[in-house]
Amino acid sequence: MKRIKTLNSASLKKSACKGGCGECQTSCQSACKTSCTVANQKCENDER
Amino acid sequence: MIHTFKMFDKYIVLDVNSGCVHEVDKLCYDVINFLNVKGLDPEDAAARFKAIGEFRREYDADDVSEAVDDIAELKKNDMLWAEDDFEYNKELKRNAPVKAMCLHISHDCNLRCKYCFADEGQYHTGCRELMSAETGKRAMDYLVRNSGKRRNLEVDFFGGEPLMNFDAVKEIVEYAHELEKQHDKVFRFTITTNGILLDDDKLDYINRNMSNIVLSIDGRKEVNDRVRCRADGTGCYDKIVPIFQKTAESRNQDNYYVRGTFTRYNLDFANDVLHLADLGFKQISVEPVVCGEETDYSLREEDLPRIFDEYETLVREYVRRKKEGSGFNFFHFMVDLDEGPCIIKRLSGCGCGCEYVAVAPNGDVYPCHQFVGTEEYKMGSLYDDGELDRDLRNKFADCNIYSKPDCKECFAKFFCSGGCVANACLINGSMNKPHKLSCEMMRKRVECSLYAKAALAE
Repeated sequence: MKRIKTLNSASLKKSACKGGCGECQTSCQSACKTSCTVANQKCENDER
Repeated sequence: MIHTFKMFDKYIVLDVNSGCVHEVDKLCYDVINFLNVKGLDPEDAAARFKAIGEFRREYDADDVSEAVDDIAELKKNDMLWAEDDFEYNKELKRNAPVKAMCLHISHDCNLRCKYCFADEGQYHTGCRELMSAETGKRAMDYLVRNSGKRRNLEVDFFGGEPLMNFDAVKEIVEYAHELEKQHDKVFRFTITTNGILLDDDKLDYINRNMSNIVLSIDGRKEVNDRVRCRADGTGCYDKIVPIFQKTAESRNQDNYYVRGTFTRYNLDFANDVLHLADLGFKQISVEPVVCGEETDYSLREEDLPRIFDEYETLVREYVRRKKEGSGFNFFHFMVDLDEGPCIIKRLSGCGCGCEYVAVAPNGDVYPCHQFVGTEEYKMGSLYDDGELDRDLRNKFADCNIYSKPDCKECFAKFFCSGGCVANACLINGSMNKPHKLSCEMMRKRVECSLYAKAALAE
């Protein structure tokens, strides 16, 4: 595709399969405490 | 659902429901927007002819046709206009175990920051109070008891200023380490400090025991000292900068954040972020002040164009420095497009009021640190039976992007997960009504972070 550069795979759908283990960090604990960004959190599910 | 935007030299398309990000050329960008606005399916022959007709004066027909082929291919592979089929996960937070706690170890502070949401440590309770080690240990017991099968547990020592009660911090940490062994859990501690009392001994203890430390500083000296000052009015910049620099180095420039707040006083906040970077900090978060619109430092809707320009200025420099090899991390631009959180986490974000709670010095439990002291949101007490208000807990558990009408058509919903629930409750009076100003800034930050991804992928 010479006109389109895709930066990543369709990860959201795949993540639904083995997601939800809850072992990841609570988004508010890391730094923000007032303004949410969740998408920068690291997944900690080894099976995903 | 897609979102398209141009930033600097890049045309970017976000497919909201798959999470795919595409950098496209101008022709493709125009064609995608045309198909989207008209509701045309690129796989239909009619769409191709309409697109060729629409752009006949600007682009060659073969080029448009080729773009439509590529767009159709992406759609076929669920990388454009993918369906949102995640709503079935929305009830997963019901009965979720508690895994994170904000421990208000000190409702007292040695600074008098003008914008302090914590009422200079008192949290609107009218008294300064330190948490006893006994209450802290009780909180650790509560966390372990209610964490179910979750192994990783998080505790943030928060205030006020936590270092004013550091003996209790240490006692609680040691107690938690004992619980780890007994219950096969892993405690991860964070401490948030203004740095005034951060001496070598405390730093050494923190480095040995805590996975993260958040260091409060707003940026340039004049900006910081205008709002972050002592009771006598003097600023704290000169005192804390060398301490924070030493702290960052002692942690190998990782697992910490310098964390600032910007207000209407410094709408040129990109300069403050860059100032922190110039001081040598590699992990930076500077965030908008959260409050109503009644103070002279409150951010207002009319400030948004300026704030957006500032985020663009910041991301351009952020990318330039990264490419040059002298980069830094900015919390809100660090979006992980491939290995980020699963969709289930993205539906409701922080999990406050169910997976995450805050404990006040007297043992009262609230949904998160921002609710502490607000009686209507008190969920229970560690000194009662330890049971949290079931109705309130369920309300928080059921709060997600599908319960918020404003999130429905928002492209950023899987990046912010519906925004800060406390802001929604405390400013708008409803957990399902996100704070509009915060949403606007969030959307801009998402665009900037996607631009950065595209620019750094070159």
